[in-house]
Amino acid sequence: MLCARRSLRSRGLVARPAPVTMPELLDVVIIGGGVVGCAIARELTRYRLRVCLLEKECDVGFGTSKANSGIIHGGHHSDPRSVKGGLEWEGNQLWDALAADLGFGFKRIGELTIALSEADLPVLENLLSRGRAKGVTGLEMWTAEHVRAAEPNLSQDIIAALHAPTTGVVNPYEACFCLAESAVRNGLDLRTETTVLGLSLADGIWAVDTSGGTLHTRFVLNAAGLFSGDIAALAGAPALAIHPRKGEEYLLDKRLQGHITRVIFPCPSPVSKGILVIPTYDGTLMVGPTAHSVEDPLDLTTSAAGSDEVFSSVQRFAPGICPRDVIAQFAGLRAAADGDDFVIGPTSQKGFINIAGIQSPGLTAAPAIALRVVGLLRDEGLGLAPRDDFAPGLPAPVHFMSLSTEAQIELAERDPRYRRMSCRCEFITEGEILDAIGRGAKTLDGIKFRTRAGMGRCQGGFCAARCMELLARELDIPFTDVTKRGGGSWVAIPRLTGVAQEASHD
Amino acid sequence: MISSKPAHLQGVYDVVVAGGGPAGLGAALAAREAGAERVLVVDREKEAGGILLQCIHAGFGLHHFKEELTGPEYAGRVLREALEHGVDVLSDAYALDVLPDKRIKLMSAEHGVTLIEARAAVLSMGARERTRAAIRIPGARPAGVLTAGFAQRLVNLQGCLPGRRVAILGSGDIGLIMARRLTLEGVEVVGVFELMPYANGLNRNIVQCLRDFDIPLHLSTTVVQVHGRERVEKVTVAPVDDHLKPVLSKAWDVPCDTLLVSIGLIPENELSRQMNLRLDPVTNGPVVNSAMETSRDGVFACGNVVHIHDLVDFVSAEAGLAGRWAGLAAQGRRPPEDNVRLSAGENVGYCVPHSLSTEREHTVYLRVRKPMEQSVIRLSSSDGRFTVDKKVRYVFPAEMINLKVGPRMLQNFHGDALRIDVLPR
Ligand SMILES: Cc1cc2nc3c(=O)[nH]c(=O)nc-3n(C[C@H](O)[C@H](O)[C@H](O)COP(=O)(O)OP(=O)(O)OC[C@H]3O[C@@H](n4cnc5c(N)ncnc54)[C@H](O)[C@@H]3O)c2cc1C
Ligand SMILES: Cc1cc2nc3c(=O)[nH]c(=O)nc-3n(C[C@H](O)[C@H](O)[C@H](O)COP(=O)(O)OP(=O)(O)OC[C@H]3O[C@@H](n4cnc5c(N)ncnc54)[C@H](O)[C@@H]3O)c2cc1C
Repeated sequence: MLCARRSLRSRGLVARPAPVTMPELLDVVIIGGGVVGCAIARELTRYRLRVCLLEKECDVGFGTSKANSGIIHGGHHSDPRSVKGGLEWEGNQLWDALAADLGFGFKRIGELTIALSEADLPVLENLLSRGRAKGVTGLEMWTAEHVRAAEPNLSQDIIAALHAPTTGVVNPYEACFCLAESAVRNGLDLRTETTVLGLSLADGIWAVDTSGGTLHTRFVLNAAGLFSGDIAALAGAPALAIHPRKGEEYLLDKRLQGHITRVIFPCPSPVSKGILVIPTYDGTLMVGPTAHSVEDPLDLTTSAAGSDEVFSSVQRFAPGICPRDVIAQFAGLRAAADGDDFVIGPTSQKGFINIAGIQSPGLTAAPAIALRVVGLLRDEGLGLAPRDDFAPGLPAPVHFMSLSTEAQIELAERDPRYRRMSCRCEFITEGEILDAIGRGAKTLDGIKFRTRAGMGRCQGGFCAARCMELLARELDIPFTDVTKRGGGSWVAIPRLTGVAQEASHD
Repeated sequence: MISSKPAHLQGVYDVVVAGGGPAGLGAALAAREAGAERVLVVDREKEAGGILLQCIHAGFGLHHFKEELTGPEYAGRVLREALEHGVDVLSDAYALDVLPDKRIKLMSAEHGVTLIEARAAVLSMGARERTRAAIRIPGARPAGVLTAGFAQRLVNLQGCLPGRRVAILGSGDIGLIMARRLTLEGVEVVGVFELMPYANGLNRNIVQCLRDFDIPLHLSTTVVQVHGRERVEKVTVAPVDDHLKPVLSKAWDVPCDTLLVSIGLIPENELSRQMNLRLDPVTNGPVVNSAMETSRDGVFACGNVVHIHDLVDFVSAEAGLAGRWAGLAAQGRRPPEDNVRLSAGENVGYCVPHSLSTEREHTVYLRVRKPMEQSVIRLSSSDGRFTVDKKVRYVFPAEMINLKVGPRMLQNFHGDALRIDVLPR
């Protein structure tokens, strides 16, 4: 981790705030670098504050924020009387500006909630009026014919659907990386692979004990997702129970690209939004998620039962989708609090603020949550002086294969890093891999989620060794120290016999 | 290893070959021998030679060179032969596209992105391994699940090991070779698990790589779950019933830190797809005629990119054919038209080429779907008026069958379509 921070700084990517030496007392420590923590961090770097973000994983977004459906929900699904219901629509409207500033992919592809029987119609009517009451724009009931014309591959049994043009899709991990990178460029002190182990309050100052030393701060924000209950306990705040609820998702072969072009929801039941068809931002279709409570907040296994459940429910309205087309599968855990609502607010422990229970639609709501937290901090007495040098944008990364041949020739002529292909499935050049490392990727997954190298049909068979060589060289570590995603996720070990070690350390 | 770097890529090449494995190098040599003047082979690796460079075991070349060579030795020979015959070999260069006018779009470490003019092209990009995704093993997704070929690369090229305790799923040849290689490196190989009731690799590899090292081979068994959060901690395996469905009540756990997947190869067809070539849905490679020409005139293909070969010697034979016709095509001589379509029938997975001529001698390569004893290979016309049978003692999916077909065999045949069946006697 130190290596990587050093290399980021040496590339001039870490723009330090005005004070040259690290001040003793921080204004805000954010625990948890999911989409919520990252969005808050970026909002806070608009002000003259000393902010530090602590994340136990090797990269931001590697908790629930990279393992979800990636939908920016239309705004009408959650109950308007709940905290999440309000923040869902507010958050939805903030994504265009964020995507424009930061350059990550975001598309409003729209959504259909379908009715398969007469009994479903009142549910859709209710969703429609609820959405309109919230101010959600563009909601419209579609007839069966309209649905058929727009989505010919859906079941002929559909009798009507509610269309929400406000629904969009993002690459959730890309959003996290961009939010964090922007915050770092504006002065955030980002510390990955740093676990919070203890919290204590004395004389209005919090001591935050981490695996990398102790920090002192006036405010602590608990955005630790599945572990926010543990963090609240460490802080001596009132008990906060978090119940992990697993969702399995299945990605389908590129062959099915364009088969369905909008997010498809079955008619919701009182307990669940159901299993969806999701055309992801990259165009790949995904189906899921299931929703089952589990005990272990680290249990990310998928199951044959989950796969059966997903495909049998989806096939009721999308008959062309079958398990044979699965190319990848994953599971994510929703961090549900008692009462099934977001828990956002100060606690009896002065300066300790919970942003917990952020289950779905937490991704959608994240930008709105960030604004709300800034307001809370102000109310709690944090002075917010805007910085005049806040830079909202990020330099656009190169996507070599989307350039014209002339532009490719010109770029390769100028920059020899664009003369080697590192990934044979998604066509990612060495230059793009090096750029990802420069922007903070420290592991194979870090590269994969930034560039797509390793996500294609060969699942890293070709690029992994190349990416490992580049990581070893750039981070100045032995080849065998490169991991899949930090911690104990090693990929290779030195030879047991001790021969040919040189080869691995060149 | 020897290499040659063309100083410039200007002017028109007669033949450009995409992929410098034994197929590409063999084709380039044959093109030169057929009279093509300027022949260029491009390969994306630092050195040309193909996948053989990481196969440091012996057992190559018994047919083609009449002696037993290691993979790198075989590759070295074909490379040297090509260079001695004046072929230009450019490594660290990726063929990105073959345009409709046959210009090759190239990304080269030395030359940047360039377009090279060519009169004919040969595709010989080899194959890639099937991954875990192809079989959807449920469970966790820790580090330590990798293809056997990637493990081979780690050990033989990178000089490190994929783990300490390894289970192998699938009995493909690369997995078998790696079982032995890893054992020799001091790694514990706990077993090979094969879904089918028979092994998928060559019999000699079963004997020399597993039996000789007391590595258990569990047939009709598969991995049903992977465990471990950061790194593989164990896998659950279970026997399968006659419908290949796991019998979970009989499952057991196998502690290991690595799962190698060796479930076969699939042609590297990114480029063929981009060029919109006609592909065979079974081989996943391009459809070719008896001159190894693809659905695009002047573009030929050979080796693993067309169909998976278990022995490199047959790759070299196929390359000779493709290269010769590419060389002639560059000089304006088109291959003669085929007059018979060939299709795969009962217990035949595929056959290559997809058409032939009753006027010439051919080698038809085919694979059966399931093993069979005392069988016949039958060539017949659709109306049933013409049949010829060739007896074979034993057929096996892991072993490619070469069938010689020529004018004499077809003298009584007058139709335009033949099918091949492999039937019990
Ligand atoms: C299957 C599934 C599908 C979903 N689909 C959608 C959707 O389509 N649209 C939508 O809006 N929402 C969706 N959600 C919900 C959304 O993913 C979450 O609401 C959101 O990601 C929560 O973000 P977060 O930052 O609160 O949590 P996380 O991303 O989990 O971040 C918390 C971070 O805290 C870190 N951490 C924990 N403990 C410590 C510690 N002690 N020290 C340091 N760091 C620590 C963790 O490593 C983690 O990175 C879905 C969720 C699931 C599970
Ligand atoms: C991992 C593995 C182990 C094997 N072990 C054995 C064995 O033990 N015994 C045996 O007889 N056979 C073995 N084989 C099979 C044998 O090696 C092959 O039959 C033979 O190498 C195929 O030759 P080829 O030229 O078609 O493909 P390859 O040898 O794979 O060569 C293809 C070449 O094309 C290059 N290439 C691909 N795409 C591009 C592009 N777009 N631009 C530029 N270059 C490109 C590749 O990098 C590669 O160098 C093995 C195969 C594999 C994959």
